[in-house]
Amino acid sequence: MSPSVARPLRVAIAVALIALLPAVVPSFVVFDFVYVAVYAIAILGLIVLTGMNGQISLGHGAFMALGGYVAAILAHRLGWPYWIGVPLAAIASGAFGILIGVIALRLAGVYLALATFSLGVATPSFLKHYKSITGGFGGLSLDPVTAPLGIPVSGQLWLYYVAWAIAGAAFLASALLVRGRFGRALRALRDNPIAAISFGVNPTYYKTLAFGWSAVLAGIAGAFFAMTTAYVSPDTFTFALSITLLIGAVLGGMLTFWGALVGAIVIEFLPLVAQQINEAAPSVVYGVTLILMMFFVPDGIVGGVQRLTRRLVRKTPSPLPSEPSVLAASMAVDRPTRE
Amino acid sequence: MIQVHRKAVTGILAATFALTVSSSTIAPALAADPGVTDTEIVLGGTHPYSGPASAYGNIGKGIAAYFSYVNDRGGVNGRKIKYIDKDDGYSPPQAVQLVHQLVEQDKVFAMFDTLGTAVNAAIRPYLNQNGVPQLFVATGASTWGHDSAKFPWTIGWQPDYQSEAILYAQDVLQNHPHAKIAVLYQNDDYGEDYIAGMKRGLGKHQDMVIKMASYETTDPNVASQIATLKASGADTFMIFATPKFAIQAMVLAAQQSWHPVTYLNNVSAAVPFMNAAAKAGGPSAVSGIFTTVYLKDPANHARYANDPGMKLYNEIMAKYLPGADKDDGNYLYGVSIAFTMVDVLKRAGRDLTRKKVMDAATHLDEKDNPGAYPGVVIRTTPSSRFPITQMIAAKWLSSDWSPAGVLVDTRSMSMAEK
Repeated sequence: MSPSVARPLRVAIAVALIALLPAVVPSFVVFDFVYVAVYAIAILGLIVLTGMNGQISLGHGAFMALGGYVAAILAHRLGWPYWIGVPLAAIASGAFGILIGVIALRLAGVYLALATFSLGVATPSFLKHYKSITGGFGGLSLDPVTAPLGIPVSGQLWLYYVAWAIAGAAFLASALLVRGRFGRALRALRDNPIAAISFGVNPTYYKTLAFGWSAVLAGIAGAFFAMTTAYVSPDTFTFALSITLLIGAVLGGMLTFWGALVGAIVIEFLPLVAQQINEAAPSVVYGVTLILMMFFVPDGIVGGVQRLTRRLVRKTPSPLPSEPSVLAASMAVDRPTRE
Repeated sequence: MIQVHRKAVTGILAATFALTVSSSTIAPALAADPGVTDTEIVLGGTHPYSGPASAYGNIGKGIAAYFSYVNDRGGVNGRKIKYIDKDDGYSPPQAVQLVHQLVEQDKVFAMFDTLGTAVNAAIRPYLNQNGVPQLFVATGASTWGHDSAKFPWTIGWQPDYQSEAILYAQDVLQNHPHAKIAVLYQNDDYGEDYIAGMKRGLGKHQDMVIKMASYETTDPNVASQIATLKASGADTFMIFATPKFAIQAMVLAAQQSWHPVTYLNNVSAAVPFMNAAAKAGGPSAVSGIFTTVYLKDPANHARYANDPGMKLYNEIMAKYLPGADKDDGNYLYGVSIAFTMVDVLKRAGRDLTRKKVMDAATHLDEKDNPGAYPGVVIRTTPSSRFPITQMIAAKWLSSDWSPAGVLVDTRSMSMAEK
């Protein structure tokens, strides 16, 4: 088994599972999985930015808010359909991301975290203030997405497939973007900026672009977030959303794109499951779960699974014992540096 | 090897495509009026049991207690009520997902007492599209009563904030015609509704307001706002805030030796909050403050010692929520609104449909609600969907609210608002 084959197989299985899911689960779970797609796209952006390039963003909710409001305002005030709104949301958010990326060049580590933090915190107040455009606290209601004429599926199912198709495109585009030169430059700037720069890597270009691409993805996610909920308000994009996304990225695994998928599933369903475990204190269940996961799988669920498989492979005689990295790599864009 | 895998990949994708196409053409059929069997009525709700507004979670517990009480006495028209209540954390997207689950998985007959303006605005289109009643939402925004033409399945319950603020403004005009007014308000729809009502009540005397200061719910305190308001030289103070900030405002004003004539919105005027303010800021922080009341005060044991409604409330709390602080008005709110819900289900009859329930909810004439202030009638017609519109002014006298004057009906104000 060579890596080039293992990866398409995994991707094919993932695509198949996603495509078949609506046939086997109830409709409200399908609806939940639209949100999983939304979160996966946003977390993917965080993985490119934070996991690969080492720039911490505590304010990705702000980019989602921008994308969400662009799509919502175009739909609500001008009646423009989502297939125009989403690309424009991506462009607006990307442009804003590049702007923030330029500012971020002068900030690193905890200072960047604080700057993006304030962005996330300020967003709801900002949205409330310009109420003639944003609808203020009351927000904007949108017409639910329906399937185009002639396609005999419910609006919800249509939205599911559109969201996952976009998510698939986002994963593919990101994978193409980070393999080769661009990805190497991002990782080099993360691990040793001085060495990278002395080898001729242009930090302004790559770091700004990473921020921009990350924001494009967050903007798309925000637009779908708005369309799926069919409503936006400042309460939709609270600071907690930024933290939730980061939790998803860390729990899923910052070092591979699979982490985005796993992290999205976790942040969508953990609060719901926590409620069923203990109705009185779901946040306690949520918190304890987070702490346990940080303790036992500090490199995220995907990282943990990879370690486990590697260990199993080493123990059992395998036809290909010499290639643990095949299992580890899968769709990996990087591996932990401590190896 | 590679060939085999390529084939596998193509095969999986092809099979998937075929299955997807065939499965997706099966559209789900909606049965008529789910959630009702011969023995059971399923109602759904969401409340913020976590997050910044978690104090309101006690409303959901009060509701569950009242439903248990009703079920133990045979239920409604022979059916027991099953209330499925979820934690939305005050988040609109979370509420939307939970409501999808409640409607599609739990097959609720109706949604009841979902809490918060943004939450209810977010779930309203979905519920109305699917013809699921959205009954007695726990928010005082006026849109629930006004927009019934567009959203016929939605109705509110409590008095709207604008009407309440109009009463304060009218009181100022009547009793303090030369007042200089300072206002503290929460920077959201809730605060803005009050501001709009106050301005309408003042009419052409809006210049009496000499200073307004807002706060965000994420602010740690309102110290700087109070200092600004005091510095303006105002002698009248309107507090349109949620409890935590209202208590701070009363205490901080007293600490800064500012003693204006104060009006406090009723959401923040429960006796435990007043006691907390008195404890931290001294008696002068709270004495003589005005508010309005539409429910009884569960902390005022002396006034309602022989009141049958409060006896029932205390009995329910003792049996179904032992250990809970029954002085907390949120529980009384829950019991009272659940009483109206049961009332509506009774009136809708044994042959229960969603349409009949909406019909009953818009033909209310409820004079016996155990928690409503004496004389308050919960009344609706298809064209006037504001269930509670009567309020009475009350003044804080050392340990409790002393109602002053007569019940005022704001129905004409509510109807005129927009």
